Amino acid sequence: MKLPRARQAKRRRLMVLLLAALGLGTAAALTLTAFDDHLVFFHTPSDVAAHKVPVDRQMRIGGLVEEGSVERVAGSPVIRFRVTDLEHAVPVTYQGVLPDLFREGQGVVANGRLGADGTFRAAEVLAKHDENYMPSEVAEALKRSGRWQEGAAKPK
Amino acid sequence: MIAEIGHFALVLALCVALAQSVLPLVGAARGDSALMAFAKPAALAQFALVALAFGCLTYSFVVSDFTVRNVVMNSHSAKPLLYKVSGTWGNHEGSMVLWSLILGLFGALVAGFGRNLPPGLKARTLAVQGMIGVAFLAFIVFTSNPFERVFPPPTDGRDLNPLLQDPGLAFHPPFLYVGYVGFSIVFAFAMAALIEGRVDAAWARWVRPWTLAAWSALTLGIALGSWWAYYELGWGGWWYWDPVENASFMPWLVGAALLHSAIVAEKRDALKTWTILLSILAFALSLVGTFLVRSGVLTSVHAFAVDPARGIFILAILVAAIGGSLAMYAWRAPMLKGGGLFQPVSREGALVFNNVILATAAATVFIGTLYPLFLEALGGAKVSVGPPFFNATFVPLMIPLLLAVSAGPMLGWKRADLAGALQRLRAAMVVSLVVVAAAYWFADRRSVYAALGMGLAAWLFFGALVEWAERVRLFRAPMGTVWSRAANLPRASWGMTIAHAGLGLVVMGIAGVTAWQTEVIRVARTGDAFDVAGYKFVFKGVTRDEGPNYHIARGTFEVYRNEKLYAVMAPERRFFPVAGMSTTETAIRTNLLADLYATIGDPESAAQTGNIPAFLAPVTPQTAWTVRIYHNPLVPWIWLGACTMVLGGLVSLTDRRHRVGAPARVRPTDTVASPAE
Repeated sequence: MKLPRARQAKRRRLMVLLLAALGLGTAAALTLTAFDDHLVFFHTPSDVAAHKVPVDRQMRIGGLVEEGSVERVAGSPVIRFRVTDLEHAVPVTYQGVLPDLFREGQGVVANGRLGADGTFRAAEVLAKHDENYMPSEVAEALKRSGRWQEGAAKPK
Repeated sequence: MIAEIGHFALVLALCVALAQSVLPLVGAARGDSALMAFAKPAALAQFALVALAFGCLTYSFVVSDFTVRNVVMNSHSAKPLLYKVSGTWGNHEGSMVLWSLILGLFGALVAGFGRNLPPGLKARTLAVQGMIGVAFLAFIVFTSNPFERVFPPPTDGRDLNPLLQDPGLAFHPPFLYVGYVGFSIVFAFAMAALIEGRVDAAWARWVRPWTLAAWSALTLGIALGSWWAYYELGWGGWWYWDPVENASFMPWLVGAALLHSAIVAEKRDALKTWTILLSILAFALSLVGTFLVRSGVLTSVHAFAVDPARGIFILAILVAAIGGSLAMYAWRAPMLKGGGLFQPVSREGALVFNNVILATAAATVFIGTLYPLFLEALGGAKVSVGPPFFNATFVPLMIPLLLAVSAGPMLGWKRADLAGALQRLRAAMVVSLVVVAAAYWFADRRSVYAALGMGLAAWLFFGALVEWAERVRLFRAPMGTVWSRAANLPRASWGMTIAHAGLGLVVMGIAGVTAWQTEVIRVARTGDAFDVAGYKFVFKGVTRDEGPNYHIARGTFEVYRNEKLYAVMAPERRFFPVAGMSTTETAIRTNLLADLYATIGDPESAAQTGNIPAFLAPVTPQTAWTVRIYHNPLVPWIWLGACTMVLGGLVSLTDRRHRVGAPARVRPTDTVASPAE
């Protein structure tokens, strides 16, 4: 009586283990392939200016919206602006409604693709909800361009 | 004065929690019933003190006491009363007090209603609960005192973040926290069981209602948050796979797995160590969720108020709680005895399948959410992981699970006949295939996936109904028999049927809106007419108005269907001068099958001047405005389905078995762990 029960328990454990391994294996395979295709890298405007950035691959860029650069294309919902890390600036086009906190001089992160003409076509524009807070990507871009002062919430 | 009382109550609560976390443990170890009995009054006192502190904080907000820094930073005298109250937890400090309040409430509930719990288990559970209380109360008292004074007091406050001044978000954090903190009770039970070295059917039965309550609240909290994002962010989406969303979704997934594995532990005395592990993970992920949201380590569309110094403290709590509990698990779990056996094809097997997939899915979400953080911490590139990643990993994992949901409950315990179960489900199968064909031919021939998604949803929904019909022998027995069977059906069964049907509704909503959403972004002048998914929109221009603490630009659309006026939609942009922030108020017209969703953007050729946003700049009637209109088919079903799932959870919670007649423990000699097995 004791032996078959133990053996049955072993079989069951093996079954559960195989099932779990199968699940985890599938997940790992899915994750790895997805990482390959869908990992979105972050670049600063200086990276773009130095041609260190692949064209037509999905990426994020971040920085400040350059003062006086926002213009609307007449008769269409397209908006043009420039994102700067105070060293270099990248022209960006975006079609749609900008987030409520989008302002000139404020931090912004754009998700999209860089065109061969050097213009970044944003599919999504993110601005922070809290205007005293700098998106970490923007802080990073300003740090890399050497224009960041520690403790300064809003470098002007 | 009121603020000092609140602060004092918090410090006292911390002291009580300290005593609560030590004395009952000592008592349980020595078998000293007086020390064990200390847990109950301590838990009640801790709750009362935190409630007092929370009351004081709420009072300070309601009367706009601007000598309190927290009120200054997050409130304004002109704010509506609802948002003065919700402002109490709409900020970091207050939300932590709310966390502790709910923690205290759950502790008090266990103390008050856990009469049928064995004294040792009860004392240890409350002691672990006390330890969690110590961690969070110390966090509040030492790093995030909500009662800090400011001198000289300003004449008015800085206002609550206007995005949070919204009924959906006012009640979102409390439900979310009831979910998170509810898992702390399950965690405390698991720790107590590990200390005792004993897990049995009775233990699983005590744990189930708490898991159900936590999971239901978390479901409601997530649904509220998603609904808020849908109508407040103005992007027409309902889920963004954003880190903050994922933070609440991971404990939900593990909680759902726990809900199911606890059934096996209760009914069949199997999967016990796994259930314990899930209890630990559910709470650990709740803590990770708090950490992600509160430390602001990840870029998020939802994140507000960040302070890395506090993140370190939460990280310390996290490491202590997760590391400690997993070490405890590694040490004690091998001593727990295995239980009932079962065949691969059986109810238990189906629930194991459910658990494996839900746990794996939670793991993929975890990797996608935290990978950017790890990479950055290791000095790697700054990356982000967006919706495409989750669509490519999470969604394929869910499909086999959703297919199995309808079959699982048809299988018997121990060993079952899969072919027979599927045979009994053939009605649901036929309906699903009809739905696939209908969706493909009539709705949209471009998308096979949409049709398959619809079929999957129908399979879930009708599978749940068929299972219920089988139980009450509908159409097989006379109506009287059916009636009495339905009346005698345990509430837990009703709950399962309702929750699974709700899941079907959610899947249908997701499939519908994902495949068939229509988006129109364009500029419009007064009088312009355009077509969106068969509706004619006529733009009637933008007018200005004033709200209690904001300025309004309000656009008006007349919507015609078959040349008849169908609706007038008035989306708004609001500017809150005190906070210097604006919000988008979408206009949504629903007929429960689909939503029309309209927002307005900025006027053409107008720029912001100083602090004043572009949409308040002077314009003429000829000015063109950017407008964004969506037609979102079936999207209301996502929230309808989520609420149905919550209803299922609540119905199951009212099952008599959860309250009375908890099984007496088997004689200890049978279940006491034998260290060498």
